[in-house]
Amino acid sequence: MMPDLGRYATEVLMAYGGSIALLIAIVAASIWKARRVKRRLEVVEARREEKRP
Amino acid sequence: MIGLLLRDLNLAVRAGGGFGLGLAFFLIFASLVPFGVGPETGVLRVIAPGILWLGALFACLLSLDRIFQLDWEDGSLDLLATSPLPLEGVAAIKALAHWITTGLPLVALAPVLGLLLNLPGPAFVWLVGSLAVGTPALSAIGTFGAALTVGIKRGGLLLSLLVLPLYVPTLIFGALTVARGAAGVDAMTPLAMLAGITLATLATLPFAAAAALRVNLR
Amino acid sequence: MSSLWEYANPRKFMSTSTTLLPWVSAIAGLCLVVGLVWGFFFTPDDFRQGSTVKIIYLHVPAAIMAINAWLMMLVASLVWVIRRHHVSALAAKAAAPVGMIFTLIALYTGAVWGQPMWGSWWEWDPRLTSFLILFLFYLGYIALWEAVDNPDSAADLTSVLCLVGSVFAIISRYALLFWNQGLHQGASLSLDAEENVADVFWYPLLICIAGFGFLFLALVLYRTQTEIRARRVKALIAQERMT
Repeated sequence: MMPDLGRYATEVLMAYGGSIALLIAIVAASIWKARRVKRRLEVVEARREEKRP
Repeated sequence: MIGLLLRDLNLAVRAGGGFGLGLAFFLIFASLVPFGVGPETGVLRVIAPGILWLGALFACLLSLDRIFQLDWEDGSLDLLATSPLPLEGVAAIKALAHWITTGLPLVALAPVLGLLLNLPGPAFVWLVGSLAVGTPALSAIGTFGAALTVGIKRGGLLLSLLVLPLYVPTLIFGALTVARGAAGVDAMTPLAMLAGITLATLATLPFAAAAALRVNLR
Repeated sequence: MSSLWEYANPRKFMSTSTTLLPWVSAIAGLCLVVGLVWGFFFTPDDFRQGSTVKIIYLHVPAAIMAINAWLMMLVASLVWVIRRHHVSALAAKAAAPVGMIFTLIALYTGAVWGQPMWGSWWEWDPRLTSFLILFLFYLGYIALWEAVDNPDSAADLTSVLCLVGSVFAIISRYALLFWNQGLHQGASLSLDAEENVADVFWYPLLICIAGFGFLFLALVLYRTQTEIRARRVKALIAQERMT
C-alpha cells in the first residue's frame, strides 16, 4: 500500500531513508558503546573483588 | 603589564618568532587567488573584498598557537599565573601583542594587495578601516581559542576547528563593509556592527581565556 | 520529596534513569513510528510542493531538537560550572553527538527538499547557513572533549567553549540575517500559526516532534549512564595502579 508520491518519489524516499539510517546509526553507536563500557566495568570490578581477601 | 607586552613583542620580532610569517602568508594567499579563479579583472574586482578578509583571517589563525604554546612549554606561563598580574590582564596583553605583530602589519599591507586584486578605488578606505577595526576581534577570539587548547599536544588543528566558527560574525561584517564600500553604498552600518563585535570581544573574552588558562594550569 | 539536585548523585541518577529508560524509549519509538507512518502514508500532498511536503515530518522535528540539544548542553554546562555536579557535565557530553546527528538530519532533509523546490541542493540562506555553523560548533565541542585527557579539565574547558559558543551562535544568526535575506520559509511553517499549517499536517508533525524529543531524552539518559560507567572504570583502574 505504497502511497503515490508523484514525481518527487526519489527525493521523499531519499530523505526518509537517509534520516532513518542516521537515527539508527546513533542509536546503534550508543548501544554498542554502552555494552562495551559495561563489559569493561564488570571486568574491572571482578578484578577488584578478587584482590580483596 | 607594559613589561610583559614589550617582552612578547621582543620575542615575536626576534628570529624564529614568526613575525613576518603571517604577512608572507597573506601575500602568497592573495597572489595565489588569481591562479585559482583566472586573471579576469572583472571577477577579481568582485571577489577581492572577501579574499582579502579571508587572507587576513587565515594569516591570524596561523600564528595563534604561538600565543601561549612557547610560554607553556618553558614554564613561564606558570610564573605569569603566580605573579601579581591578574590572568585576565595576561590574556588581554597577549591578545594585544598578537594584534600588534600580526593584525597591524596586515592592515598596512592590505591596500597593496587590494591593488593586486583590482579592488575598486573607493573601497580602499573601507578595507583599511574594516581591517583596523576588525582584526583586534580576531586576536581576542584567537587568544581564547589558544587558551582552550594550550595543554593539548598538537592542538593546532583543533584550535582552527574551534576558532573558525567563532570568526563568522567578524568575517561577515568585515567583508560586507568592504563590499559595500566597493559598490559605493554606505558601509557605515556593517562597520559599526564590526566595531561592536570587536569591543564586546575585547571586553569579555579575556575573562573566558583566563578561566580556560586556570583550568589548563591546574 | 526532596530537591532536583538529588539526581546529581550518580548512584541516584543511575537507579532513576534505569527505571525511566524503558518507558522513555518506548514512548519515543511509539511516537516516531506513529508520526512517521501517519505522515508518510496518510497525509495528502501539498498542492504546490507535491509529495515533498512529507519531508517536513523529519526536517522540522530534527531542526527543533538540534537547537534544543544545544540549549540543554548550555544549561548542563552552567550547572557544572556553578554547582560542580559531575552527572551534569557528563550529560552535556552525552548529548553532543545526538545533537550533531539531529543537525545533520535537518541539513540533509533540507538539501533533499531544496533540490526540487529551489532548484539547488544548497542555498546560502541564513537559516541553512546557521545550521551549518551549528554543526561546526558541535564538531568543535566534541573534538575538544576527545582531546583533553583529564575529565574534569575537559568538562571545564568544554563548558567555557559552550558558553562562548552560544553567544557567538546567536551573533552569527543575526549577522547572517544581515548578510543575506534568504529563501527559507518563516517559522510559521512549523510553530503554532495554525493558519499556515493545516490540521492534516499539524497532528502528525506534533507527534513526530514529540517522538524526536523523547528519542533525545532516551539517548541522553542512556549515554549519560555509559559515561558514568566509563568514568567509574577509569577511577577503578587508577585506584589499581595506586595500590
